[in-house]
Amino acid sequence: MSDLMKVSSNPHIRAKSSTSSIMLAVVIALLPAAGFGIYNFGTDALILILVTVLSTVLTEYIFEKILKKKTTIGDYSAVVTGLLLALNLPVSAPWWIGVIGGIFAILVVKMLFGGLGQNFMNPALGARCFLLISFTSIMTNFDCDAYTGATPLAALKSGETVNIFNMVVGKTAGTIGETSMIAIVIGACFLILTGVIDLRIPGSYIVSFVVFICLFSGRGFDYAYISAHLAGGGLMLGAFFMATDYVTRPITVKGQYVYGILLGILTGIFRIFGPSAEGVSYAIILGNLLVPLIEKATLPTAFGKGGARV
Amino acid sequence: MNDIKERLINGLVKENPTFVLMLGMCPTLAVTTSAMNGLGMGLTTMVVLALSNAFISLLRNIIPDKVRIPAFIVIIASFVTMVELLLEGFIPSLYDALGIYIPLIVVNCIILGRAESYASKNPVIPSLFDGIGMGLGFSFALTCIGSVRELIGAGTLFGMHIMPESYVPCSIFIMAPGAFFVLATLTAIQNKIKINGERKGKDMSKIQSGCGGDCLNCSDTGCTKPQKINGKGEREHA
Repeated sequence: MSDLMKVSSNPHIRAKSSTSSIMLAVVIALLPAAGFGIYNFGTDALILILVTVLSTVLTEYIFEKILKKKTTIGDYSAVVTGLLLALNLPVSAPWWIGVIGGIFAILVVKMLFGGLGQNFMNPALGARCFLLISFTSIMTNFDCDAYTGATPLAALKSGETVNIFNMVVGKTAGTIGETSMIAIVIGACFLILTGVIDLRIPGSYIVSFVVFICLFSGRGFDYAYISAHLAGGGLMLGAFFMATDYVTRPITVKGQYVYGILLGILTGIFRIFGPSAEGVSYAIILGNLLVPLIEKATLPTAFGKGGARV
Repeated sequence: MNDIKERLINGLVKENPTFVLMLGMCPTLAVTTSAMNGLGMGLTTMVVLALSNAFISLLRNIIPDKVRIPAFIVIIASFVTMVELLLEGFIPSLYDALGIYIPLIVVNCIILGRAESYASKNPVIPSLFDGIGMGLGFSFALTCIGSVRELIGAGTLFGMHIMPESYVPCSIFIMAPGAFFVLATLTAIQNKIKINGERKGKDMSKIQSGCGGDCLNCSDTGCTKPQKINGKGEREHA
C-alpha cells in the first residue's frame, strides 16, 4: 500500500457556477430592461442608474473596510441590488434618492443582517419601500419629459382604458425598468435558459395573480383587463427578478409554489382592494418575511425517513 | 446628600431605563415622533414615578407582601389619573398628542420595576430621588430619540425649522419604523462606547450593566455573576 489515498469530504461533484457568475448573469439579464429604460426616458435614467449602482457598491466596500471584513463587492451582488433598485425608481427622482436608497439597501437590509445570504428581505425592494414611505411624493411622481399623467395601472384603476400595445413595448410612464414587458421577458428568458432561475416561482406567481384578478376584479375573464394588469407596473420585473432572489425565496420545491401563489394573491389584493394602484413591492417583501414559515411547513422528508417501505 | 446624587446619576446614566435597562419600550417607540412629545412623555412619567416611589416607600412596611403588586398598581394608577386630569386641564395640546399613552403609564414597567426593586425596600427620600433620577433618564432618552426623529423626519426641532429650505423630510422617521431605526442606532452607539471602555481596561461593566454590586436590590434577573449571602443577610457578588 504505497498509494497515498486522498480523503476529502463531500460534495465531490461541484457545479461550475459561483455567486459571481450567477450575479453576473442577472446583471446581463437586466441590461435589456435598463437599456430600454434609458432609451425611453433619456440620459437622466442612465445617470440615476449609475449613481444608484455606485452607491450600493461603495456602501458595501466602505462598510467592509471599516469593519475590517473580507471585501465582497467582487461577487456583483451589490451591482444587482443597485441595478434593481434603480430600475424601480421613477426617472424624475433626484440623484440623492438613488444614493439614500442604495445606502439603505446595502447597509440596513443586507450588511447589518450579516451580508449576502443572511438578508431576510430583498435589499432592493426593502430600499424601494423605504423610499416609497419616506418620500412618497417624489417616488410616485412619474411625470417626465417623455410622459405626463398617470401610469397605466393608475389609469386602469380609475376606470380609463389603456393602450396595451404601448404597455407591452414599454412606451408608457412608470419606473425606469418596469415599463417594457418585452425587455424584461428577454432578460428572463436568458436567465431561464442559463438555468439561473426556473419557472416555479414566476409561473405560480403570474398564474395565481391572473386567477385572483378573474375572481375578484368584478370583470370576470376580461382579456384586455388582464393583459393590462400583466403588462403594467412591476409585476414582470418582480416575478422574474425579485421574487426569484436566491437568498429570500424558499429553498424547498413545494415551498416555492406556495410562495409564488402567496405573492400572486397578495399582489391581487393590493392592486384591487388597496388604495394605491401598485402592490408588487409590498407583496414580495411580505412574502420574504413569510419564507422561514413556508420552509418549515414544506420541509421534505429526508431520504430513509418515513414513507412507504419497499 | 451623596445618596441623592448617586440616585440621580444612577437613573440618568448607570441604569438609564431606556438605553440600559430597555424598559418602557412601548411609550418610547410610540410617542417620540417629536422632541416635544418625547420630553412631555418623559416629564409626565417622571412626576408619576417620583410620587409613586415616595408613596410606596412610605407604605412599604404596611403593605402585605402577598398583595404588594395590586397595592402598587392602585397607588400608581391614582397618580396617573391625577396627572392625566391636570394635563387635560392645563396642557391640552400635550394631552392630545400623547393620547392613550398617558393612561398607559400605569402599566409602564419602569414604574412598577422601581416600586418593586427599590421603593419597597428603601426609605422615602432616596426613593423619591430614585424616581426623579429614573424619570430624568427616561426624559433624556425620549427627548434624544424624539429630536433625532423630528430632525430627520420633519426637518424641525421642538417645532423650529433647523434644516435648510431645500431639505426634503424623510417622513418614515416620524412613522413607526423610524422609532426602531433610531432606538437601535442610539443603543448601538451606547454599546459601542461601552465596548471601547472595556477595551481600555476601565471597569465599565459596573456602570453599564447597572450593577453596583447591590444584589439585594438588583432587578436584573439575567445576572449570571456568582452571588453569596454576606453577614448581614444580603446577597452580593462572590
